[in-house]
Amino acid sequence: MDKADLAWVSVSTLLVLLMVVPGLALFYGGLVRAKNVLSVLMQVVSTFSLALVIWFIYGYSLAFTEGNAVVGGLSRLMFSGMFDLSTKTFELSGTIPELSFAAFQATFAGITCALIVGGFAERAKYSAVMIFTAIWLTFSYIPIAHMVWAPGGWLFERGALDFAGGTVVHINAGVAGLVGAYFVGKRVGYGRESMQPHNLPMAMIGASLLWVGWFGFNAGSALSANETAALAFFNTMVATAGAILAWLMVEWKYKGKPSLLGAISGAVAGLVGITPAAGLVGPGGALIIGIVTGAACVWGVNGLKRMLRADDSLDVFGIHGLGGIVGALLTGIFNAQALGGPGLATLGDIPHQLWVQFEGVLITIVWSGVVALVAYFVADKICGFRVSTEVEREGLDINSHGETAYHY
Amino acid sequence: MKLITAIIKPFKLDEVREALSEIGIQGMTVTEVKGFGRQKGHTELYRGAEYTVDFLPKLRLEMAVSDHMVEQAIENLCTAAHTGKIGDGKIFVTPVEQAIRIRTGEYGESAL
Repeated sequence: MDKADLAWVSVSTLLVLLMVVPGLALFYGGLVRAKNVLSVLMQVVSTFSLALVIWFIYGYSLAFTEGNAVVGGLSRLMFSGMFDLSTKTFELSGTIPELSFAAFQATFAGITCALIVGGFAERAKYSAVMIFTAIWLTFSYIPIAHMVWAPGGWLFERGALDFAGGTVVHINAGVAGLVGAYFVGKRVGYGRESMQPHNLPMAMIGASLLWVGWFGFNAGSALSANETAALAFFNTMVATAGAILAWLMVEWKYKGKPSLLGAISGAVAGLVGITPAAGLVGPGGALIIGIVTGAACVWGVNGLKRMLRADDSLDVFGIHGLGGIVGALLTGIFNAQALGGPGLATLGDIPHQLWVQFEGVLITIVWSGVVALVAYFVADKICGFRVSTEVEREGLDINSHGETAYHY
Repeated sequence: MKLITAIIKPFKLDEVREALSEIGIQGMTVTEVKGFGRQKGHTELYRGAEYTVDFLPKLRLEMAVSDHMVEQAIENLCTAAHTGKIGDGKIFVTPVEQAIRIRTGEYGESAL
């Protein structure tokens, strides 16, 4: 066991926790209307917690143990066999205790589930969201994590590159969020009433915590305090900065003014884009990935969003979905040594890699989409997915949670 | 005695207050309100969704003044609150039946 590796992965796990609470929670919270801020904070923290518990019980086992090409086995149910407290022996995963690896991965499962709530924010029933999360985590997140990251997994064996979860986390969540937006329908008043963020400073605090925490998400995925971690670390800086500037430039040109909302959206887009690439491209590639993803996601939340005609309240697909797709594909290109990356030996290797990346993207979109649809359907049948119009008008905070965020 | 009620743009408050104290208006009450007028309903686009902007933040000023000061007050108010753009606001004048200063118990014009 390597103590430095253990320390780094442990810190990274904390950083990913920071990304969810308070990061994502506040980012999403600031973007919704005041009457719904608590519901968003609740859904983020609750889905995350549910995911962690499920992960402990059977999630880790089915995702990361040996099984078949799609899913693992049950050898690590309740983390059994990982450690023997009476003899103080801990199984290792690489150079760190398997327990620590499982903990790190737990936060990934958790954040993926928490991301999805953005797609149906301000109109989903809390109980339905929890039911949906349990089903989707089990039938979409776990298999896709296994296929991409576990030896024996179909995409893993094909050589798909996903360093920290561009596909497993972001495309996966993005598609589920979009399907949710279609399933639950548009918010009452969408297209007529203003649904602007109620607290942009809060959203910015959240986005900033996301940026800081993402260093754990990306560089921690090296699973070691080594050169790859150092590379992923810097890439996470430069890609994000590039993405922020790119988003602002595009926004400035096409909408007249660069906005703070644009800057923080650009940051998240860049972070999503570099996620699959973090330890697999050089800094130059990372910068390009950040710029391209940042610019592409401006389209994702405007033109594409209008084309898709779904009320994806918090742009889960426009940023996480599209950003993940762009990042996954660009990873296949900039991994090449000729383009500064640590991977593909010649430029001629790129087309095949690009194809494998595309396979991963396609499989994830279809799998996540279908599972999400079924999960929404089941949750809807059990308790109804959408709240009533009155509840929606009055606000979820007071109706679903008996609380008001602000007392004027 | 008359009650002057003025709906103005929030950022105009300081200017209006100065212009009114120039002619000796000693007090006023200010409330934060929302509203729209004839030219309401332009649309804006936010993240792919259009929405109508109608309720905009305004300030409502209320001041009780003696009859002889009303005309000058209105003139000063208009000049100070004017921008020439949509949403400058409106002024209403209503009669005041009685006015009392609570601290001293004075009635009528001496309460203003």
